[in-house]
Amino acid sequence: MSEGEQNKGAQQRAEEFLQVFKKGAEFTQDLLKENERLRYQVLKLEKALPAGETGEVARLKGRIGELESEKLEILSQIKTIEQENQDYDNRYNEIEAENNLLANLYISSYQLHSTLDLTEIIRIIQEILLNLVGVEQFSIMLLDETQKTLRPLVVEGADPQHVSSVQVGEGVIGAVAQSGERRLLGPEESADVFADPIAVIPLVVGTDVIGVLNLYRLLQQKVNFTNIDEELFNLLGTHAATAIFTAMLHMERDSRPIFYDSFFARMAEDLI
Amino acid sequence: MDTFKVLVVEDSPTMRQLIVFALKRIRGLQIAEANDGVGGLKKLSAEKFDLILTDINMPIMDGLKLVSLIRNDPQYKDVPVVVITTEGAQEDRDRALALGANEYITKPIQTAKIIDVVKRLLAVSG
Repeated sequence: MSEGEQNKGAQQRAEEFLQVFKKGAEFTQDLLKENERLRYQVLKLEKALPAGETGEVARLKGRIGELESEKLEILSQIKTIEQENQDYDNRYNEIEAENNLLANLYISSYQLHSTLDLTEIIRIIQEILLNLVGVEQFSIMLLDETQKTLRPLVVEGADPQHVSSVQVGEGVIGAVAQSGERRLLGPEESADVFADPIAVIPLVVGTDVIGVLNLYRLLQQKVNFTNIDEELFNLLGTHAATAIFTAMLHMERDSRPIFYDSFFARMAEDLI
Repeated sequence: MDTFKVLVVEDSPTMRQLIVFALKRIRGLQIAEANDGVGGLKKLSAEKFDLILTDINMPIMDGLKLVSLIRNDPQYKDVPVVVITTEGAQEDRDRALALGANEYITKPIQTAKIIDVVKRLLAVSG
């Protein structure tokens, strides 16, 4: 091969090499561009994706918050309603107790003033004490003003010999007659119930003590005095006293109705 | 609404009035009253009752005798009988229940308990 031919061959290979190199450079350039584009896309997607996720999470978190809030509100309402129910229940029980108390007081009062017969009044007092309070043994003592002595009018459920007259101011019973203040003990608190009854209730008409009601023993199933008992003692202290007093006045008048004479006497005075 | 006839046999007017007052709180009850066991039997033979409340200590015929007669009467052998009494001893309770009383309530009066027992025995809610 001649020198010229050799040069020509080398030049051709250089040309070919240059072409390959150029193509390699272009390909590299394309790859870099593609890489750049993809990185841009990735960045774009990376930016877009977290932003989307945060929004949904935020929305869901917000909803959860709302539901939590609603749940708390509903629980709070349930608690309020439960409290109201409890209050209504308590109030209902209070009203029931009040209703029963009023019924006891009304019926006792109604019965006590339903007659002018002393024996009948004593029976009614006994019924009230036995059936409503649960008293098995008691006595009624009336005041003899002239002798300042309390004398037994009736003894129920106990031997009458245990119950004797008492001077006003003497012992527990006499002290109650003097002061007009009721005295209550527990059923087991007295060593001698006839000297120191478990309850001594003054019988009062207006401001005057006309006698006392002594309670000696309760029914075995009756554990202690209740608020209703105390209300009944208040009622007996005044209404039973008035009923006894009125019945005794009626007896003194030989059972003639007082109001006729009084009414006509007043009428006559007015006319004169 | 169902109506039930209830007979109250009690010699104490105060107690009778209180029991009737308690029973009137239950809707649908017709209440009749008798002073003693004999009066109670007369009422029972004149009309049919769904429940009977009776005291024990009564004149003429006591409550235990009444319970016994009620249980021997085919018409009343299944009718509930409630005894309301001052007798708090266990043997008194056992005797009344053995004779056929369904419930035994002791005095002093327990209005709420009477209402509960009657409602339960008659299966009423009102």
